[in-house]
Amino acid sequence: MTIFINESSKVIVQGMTGSEGTKHTRRMLVSGTNIVGGVTPGKGGQVVEIEGHNLPVFNTVAEAMAATGANVSVIFVPPKFAKAAVIDAINAKMPLAVVITEGIPVHDSASFYTYAQSVGTTQIIGPNCPGLISPGKSNVGIIPADITGAGPIGLVSKSGTLTYQMMYELRDIGFSTAVGIGGDPVIGTTHIDCLRAFQDDPNTEAIVMIGEIGGDAEERAAAFISEYVTKPVVGYIAGFTAPEGKTMGHAGAIVSGSSGTAQGKKDALEAAGVKVGQTPSETARLLRAIMGR
Amino acid sequence: MDLFEYQARDIFEKHGVPVLAAAIATTADEAEKAAETIGGKVVVKAQVKVGGRGKAGGVKLAENPKDAREKASAILGMDIKGHTVRTVMIAAAAPIEAEYYLAILLDRSNRTFLVMASVSGGMDIEEVAHTAPEKLAKIPVSAVDGISSAKAKEIVAAAQFPAEVADQVADVLLKLWEVFQSEDATLVEVNPLVKTSDGKIIALDGKVTLDENADFRQPDHQGLVDEAGENPLEAAAKEKGLNYVKLDGEVGIIGNGAGLVMSTLDVVAYAGEKHGGVRPANFLDIGGGASAQIMADGLSIILGDKDVKSVFVNVFGGITACDSVANGIVQALELLGPKATKPIVVRLDGNNVIEGRAILKAAAHPLVEQADTMDGAANRAAELAAK
Repeated sequence: MTIFINESSKVIVQGMTGSEGTKHTRRMLVSGTNIVGGVTPGKGGQVVEIEGHNLPVFNTVAEAMAATGANVSVIFVPPKFAKAAVIDAINAKMPLAVVITEGIPVHDSASFYTYAQSVGTTQIIGPNCPGLISPGKSNVGIIPADITGAGPIGLVSKSGTLTYQMMYELRDIGFSTAVGIGGDPVIGTTHIDCLRAFQDDPNTEAIVMIGEIGGDAEERAAAFISEYVTKPVVGYIAGFTAPEGKTMGHAGAIVSGSSGTAQGKKDALEAAGVKVGQTPSETARLLRAIMGR
Repeated sequence: MDLFEYQARDIFEKHGVPVLAAAIATTADEAEKAAETIGGKVVVKAQVKVGGRGKAGGVKLAENPKDAREKASAILGMDIKGHTVRTVMIAAAAPIEAEYYLAILLDRSNRTFLVMASVSGGMDIEEVAHTAPEKLAKIPVSAVDGISSAKAKEIVAAAQFPAEVADQVADVLLKLWEVFQSEDATLVEVNPLVKTSDGKIIALDGKVTLDENADFRQPDHQGLVDEAGENPLEAAAKEKGLNYVKLDGEVGIIGNGAGLVMSTLDVVAYAGEKHGGVRPANFLDIGGGASAQIMADGLSIILGDKDVKSVFVNVFGGITACDSVANGIVQALELLGPKATKPIVVRLDGNNVIEGRAILKAAAHPLVEQADTMDGAANRAAELAAK
């Protein structure tokens, strides 16, 4: 099994007719994702041919769901229009909305996250994330599908390229699902949500958790691991050398005063019994040792 | 982006938050004139984006314009925790009867907004939160509903503001919410919010942090950037649209993806422990685009840093193909010509890595060497920087 997406996921692409949307729709189709259509307000009724698939375009997510039975939406809409796109998905009661867009104002993401919580029928992943992949089954977002195949490791990460790096390090073992939760200060799905899902997924045997400076999500995840997770977890934290008060690429990656430091996160994870690697490759070695691989 | 106090004050004024008359000065002359215009006693305040300036001697009361001139002259040019004072704010002095605290911020942990309010203002609020948490009210604010009049009254009551100022404080809170929302702020803090001896509520000192992701709908915010205080390399990188942060080490870093670049800095710092303590010189994320132009722009910023002794290019090809990164490096070195003088260690992995490595090998640039792993490359770059 997998978490969040699997072979029966039917995916629509919000922003499919834009350049990024088209490019990544092509990549997702090539990796075997069941893409059933797209949404671009004002372009409803068109049919777009991508990789030999004739994909219908709808004006709204509700129309797309009614016509295609889609149960996942992936959003490639530019920051300016991203809030409206996510709200469209929430109003349609789309079960899973994966927001790839980088650069969404945090007032917008806080607002659509709060709204999604109040409606209670849409799980948001991201924003500012690479999406997620259950290798061989479904690939929603921009994670390269050819790094590795299906296997027993679950991975959750704030960072895209570190996700790829870790999948590459462990490519001979493979992954149930790898989830990039995003590097923004407000994200819809947290480390904890993924840890819970991996713990509950019978086919995930071990978990890799990648964090970075900023906020206290890793500290909270450490507390959650202590009380809920019995599967082995190894961790990696990026940003030990980041200076205080500087945003390191991701909008959420900032050490404020004494909070959000890499050391604090590492200490919290280790106190919860999680082995934390000093480098990505050491983290992979720790996981191999635990799994006997 | 953090604002200076005077910028926060101006934004407060624009949205109707009560503030004192004030002006900024960059010379002692200007300070004296500003004090004359304001009249009476004034406070001369160093404008630096760091706390603890009062303790550092950066805030002084001046009796008259001549005194303001002297105080400004002492404060201008002062170094406060590594920040040079280039500007002072001259503000009217107020007879203070009580000091409160009021802030609206993004609460990342709970993915919502939060008001923090206290009748024990004036001091370091982290200190209050630590030593007397009961004196700091924390009230969540929905990102959908915001702060209404009723919500403002509820917050003021919860924080136990005295009855005689409750209405005024609630009104200030509503206006601060307007600042927070309409300016796309992630922090709006007033400390202290004071009650003057004539019973007025005034925002005496403020801190505002703006969300740079909202710049597309906040055209005025560009004018708030502190260009003089920016590191020249960071300013040059920003002009090229590069995501660059200057650090104090010797190994220049270029990578793709914020997480991988942060990780690269750490791995270089660890490797550097074996090579005389060399450290990363910068953060530079070239993102998904690794065209020759972006690579050349990145390399020229890094090679323009006189502290840099070696460069480590660390790319994991996800969407980006390693062959285009390799071509980018080769073409960038052609563009830079004799300006490229430092050894460059390149580690490529992922999408089209075989082609990418072959391109670099065929180019055989004397400054470029390849390493198979991130750890190996970090070690080599640190070793080269230590030479």
